[in-house]
Amino acid sequence: MADKPKVAFYWCASCGGCEEAVVDLAEGILDVIAAVDIVFWPVALDFKVRDVKELPDESITVSFINGAVRLSEQEEMARLLRRKSKFVIAFGSCSHMGGVPGLANLWDRASIFAWYYHDAPSVAPGNVREPREHVRVPEGTLELPAFWDTVKTLDQVIDVDYYLPGCPPTPKLLADAVGVLLRGDLPPKGSVLAGTRALCHECPLNESKPEKLLLKDIRRVHLTKVDPEKCLLAQGLLCLGPVTRGGCEALCVKGNMPCTGCFGPTDEVRDQGAKGIAYVSSILDFDEEADIERALANVPDPVGTFYRYSLPRAYLMRTRKVMPHA
Amino acid sequence: MMQTEEFQPRIVAFVCNWCTYIAADAAGVARARYSPNVRLIRTMCSGRVDPQFVLGAFEKGADGVLLCGCHPRDCHYSVGNYKALRRYKLLKKMLSQMGFEDDRFRLEWISASEAEKFRKVVEDMTERVRRLGPFKPNGSSTPNGGK
Repeated sequence: MADKPKVAFYWCASCGGCEEAVVDLAEGILDVIAAVDIVFWPVALDFKVRDVKELPDESITVSFINGAVRLSEQEEMARLLRRKSKFVIAFGSCSHMGGVPGLANLWDRASIFAWYYHDAPSVAPGNVREPREHVRVPEGTLELPAFWDTVKTLDQVIDVDYYLPGCPPTPKLLADAVGVLLRGDLPPKGSVLAGTRALCHECPLNESKPEKLLLKDIRRVHLTKVDPEKCLLAQGLLCLGPVTRGGCEALCVKGNMPCTGCFGPTDEVRDQGAKGIAYVSSILDFDEEADIERALANVPDPVGTFYRYSLPRAYLMRTRKVMPHA
Repeated sequence: MMQTEEFQPRIVAFVCNWCTYIAADAAGVARARYSPNVRLIRTMCSGRVDPQFVLGAFEKGADGVLLCGCHPRDCHYSVGNYKALRRYKLLKKMLSQMGFEDDRFRLEWISASEAEKFRKVVEDMTERVRRLGPFKPNGSSTPNGGK
């Protein structure tokens, strides 16, 4: 019993979908539990931070940490788990690249607080309150974590051994990763535990992709009747498959939704958004400025399109100037 | 002694081997005087310039990036400059969404014979970027990072 490897799960700035991915192992989770001791999993099990603090350093075999880092508390927990763990795996897009919460880097703390606690239409007049880090009450001082301007990836805060990409990672990838760790069959540090080639290689629609793909029109998915038998790009939908790491077995494409890039870029690419721009521009079949601009009007949100999961990991990880809320 | 030093912007220029690089060379041969703020990086074609190069230049400390290629219909590889134009348009759109000043990133068509245009573009861009001041990548908008 005492010899079983110890495993911890933790979440930072995330939606909870990654926790759900663990639960999605379904009966498989029984095999995991048979093989390991879960020593910390705030979402599902009643452990306290003090339980982790009391463990000897490096006594946890592996910690799976999902979510981006946006609060001081998240950084503290990440550091604590780093100290207590042999391996830390950044679990899911947010932890890997910042994820959807990372798009908040288009704003900063002041503008986010101004909108959500003051100006948003859903704030009742007279009910204006802002979270404060310290509040004095008769019994003492209450503390809240600090909220930063910039959302960070996990590896911008602590040393990360491996990455499990995806929004969320698929149960298969998680099971494979656990298997790899338990067998001690370790890939090089820093590896992303998914495919190494672009998603198109494993996409069932790849065969219907024309030899030379040129777009006359970029179409938006909610305005398009999708043909499930034909390459989505060939239908004018901005599928990021060609510039996204494979490993998910084209789950979204199988559901008639173009790939939005949650597995991040392949190993060769440093900046996912820049690569997305390079690729879309390459297949747009216009040479005149006016035509190009007209076609690009259907990409109203380039940051949200090409950096949907990876703004904090980009060369330029935050906005230069905060724009007003839409 | 207490003179305030004028800000000297660092501008990275990606120039096409077949046109702007020759124009820059010609400007040099003709001893044209222009700002020393521009660092030339020769590429075989403006279409070779990956948006990663542009963003990477900013991250590594460039205050401005200039992308130069052959005039439309003059590309040595027939379509590379159109590719550069499309990338420029989309990248520019994204950068403006990120609050980027327009003058920090610029596309110009400069043929091999346009040494004077090269000189003017460099002078003009240096001045514009100088007015914008240094580019600080990834800095928070508040001094303590919102902490």
